[in-house]
Amino acid sequence: MRSADFSFRVGVGAFAAALLLIVIAIAMTLANDSALSIEKFGLSFWGTSNWDPVAGEFGALPFIWGTLYSSVLALLIATPVALGIAVFVSELCPDALRAPLIFLTELLAAIPSIVYGLWGIFVLVPAVRALEVAMPDSLRALPLFSGPPLGVGMFAAALILAVMVVPFTSAIAREVLRTVPASQREAAYALGATRFEAIRAAMFYARTGIIGAVMLGFGRALGETMAVTMVIGNNPQVSLSLFAPQYTMAAVLANEFTEAADALYLSALIEIGLVLFVITLFVNMLSRALIWSMARQASPRRAVLVARGAEA
Amino acid sequence: MTGARTASPRRVLSAFFVVACALCVVVALIPLAFVLFFVVSQGVQSLNLDFFINNPRPVGEAGGGMANAIVGTLMLTGLAAAMAVPIGVLSGVYLSEYRGSRFASAVRFAADTLNGVPSIVIGVFAYAVVVLPLRHFSTLAGGFALGIMMIPIITRTTEELLLLVPHALREGALALGATRARAVFTVIVPAALPGIITGVVLALARIAGETAPLLFTSFNNRFFSTSLSQPISSITVQVFTYAISPYEDWHRQAWAGALVLVSIVLVCSMAARFAAARVASIRGQ
Repeated sequence: MRSADFSFRVGVGAFAAALLLIVIAIAMTLANDSALSIEKFGLSFWGTSNWDPVAGEFGALPFIWGTLYSSVLALLIATPVALGIAVFVSELCPDALRAPLIFLTELLAAIPSIVYGLWGIFVLVPAVRALEVAMPDSLRALPLFSGPPLGVGMFAAALILAVMVVPFTSAIAREVLRTVPASQREAAYALGATRFEAIRAAMFYARTGIIGAVMLGFGRALGETMAVTMVIGNNPQVSLSLFAPQYTMAAVLANEFTEAADALYLSALIEIGLVLFVITLFVNMLSRALIWSMARQASPRRAVLVARGAEA
Repeated sequence: MTGARTASPRRVLSAFFVVACALCVVVALIPLAFVLFFVVSQGVQSLNLDFFINNPRPVGEAGGGMANAIVGTLMLTGLAAAMAVPIGVLSGVYLSEYRGSRFASAVRFAADTLNGVPSIVIGVFAYAVVVLPLRHFSTLAGGFALGIMMIPIITRTTEELLLLVPHALREGALALGATRARAVFTVIVPAALPGIITGVVLALARIAGETAPLLFTSFNNRFFSTSLSQPISSITVQVFTYAISPYEDWHRQAWAGALVLVSIVLVCSMAARFAAARVASIRGQ
């Protein structure tokens, strides 16, 4: 009996070990296959902007800039909306409305990236172009809005990323708010607080978890590929302008990977993949840790569920 | 006292806040409505029988379709499921059975990590370990990439659902002298099976909509193919190719492909909700 239980444990454990092996294999493969580029360029790979596959010169600064800039902009747009939804669904809305609203926001997350991209090319980009054309010249003179009105560019990418990030952030923020003990709100109401003041108190109580939810959205935005590739314009340049076509790490992988004819080019692209992997890994770990620490403090029983739902 | 009923600034602020939150919901649902509206209205115009039974035709020739891409997506997701379901379900069993162990924490961490890896990076990995050794793009490589994405989703769903199975069931089985393996495979897993199947269907719907990991693994193919060792078309990559092309007719087909993808997602999530509600009502009785 004992030995049967032991072999069951080993047998099932072997499949579980496969998960560990896959993650280790991804990290090792990426590190190994980018060694050529890491040795040749070192840190200057991330500090220079010259991306010239023909001459064999690779500088990835525009890509990491585009990834960070588009993700930060997307967060600025998405976070207030996502938190508003989370508060509305968990605190304000009538019970009958809750399930349908949750279903609809889940649907927003379920629509494939390529469909957002297609919609972006044919609907969003022309709309953004019209907006750029309509913008007064005095504003267009600012560095933030400089450049020709192309439609494709940083602003279109940030908008589409924001739409895609909202459901993730709002789902986690909603779960986090649900772990706040009712006594917190009741105490606020007992002191004569208005609805806003009571909710503000609950959000303050949950602040660590809410920051975690926002970071989780950031992690999503960093790795998003198709929709961004289709609307950002794919032009490697470091620019503050919202209307300038730029490039991201994920987009350069999507566009150039099949064209990488020589070993150095391929290795440079894999290095971009490696760094994308490492950045998203850290952002996700940090956000999970924040959500978990907040949820544990509020309700240990639900902490694990909430923190692990963090990436559903 | 001056009336507590009058609109004090605090009350106004509070009312304003409630309205602002409701507006946030509307703001988020506008893009959803827009996307669905365009996908349906543009897609319906171009979706016809040709789309399902014909292969792509050269530019300018009418009547082309995505039959090869539909078969390709079915093969890719099928391969992914064949790889991910055993690994995912059994590691989920491990996590729920030995949840306190150190090894379980490490595996859980690996699953959460894998779930957060951008899909394009999974594609790079599949390229390095499958495409490079085999020396060309293949269905196998694409299925491998999708399978890796699917594993952590199934692992977690399985673990969570197994934890919901009442303790009494397990204790009953063990009291009758069953080994742990027997208790798990004949009592506990069957009790959670409807939920696990729902989870697998949802995971399939999600990976069927993936493009990035396929771009340089299964690549694309203008011709009908069922070979595992050759490049193969998929609905998503085909939509991408058509969307960035300059041809009107290809744009129409891209919308039709998008409509098919969105329909798959919608049908699967509705079916999953329906199944979950049914399971809940059976449990409740």
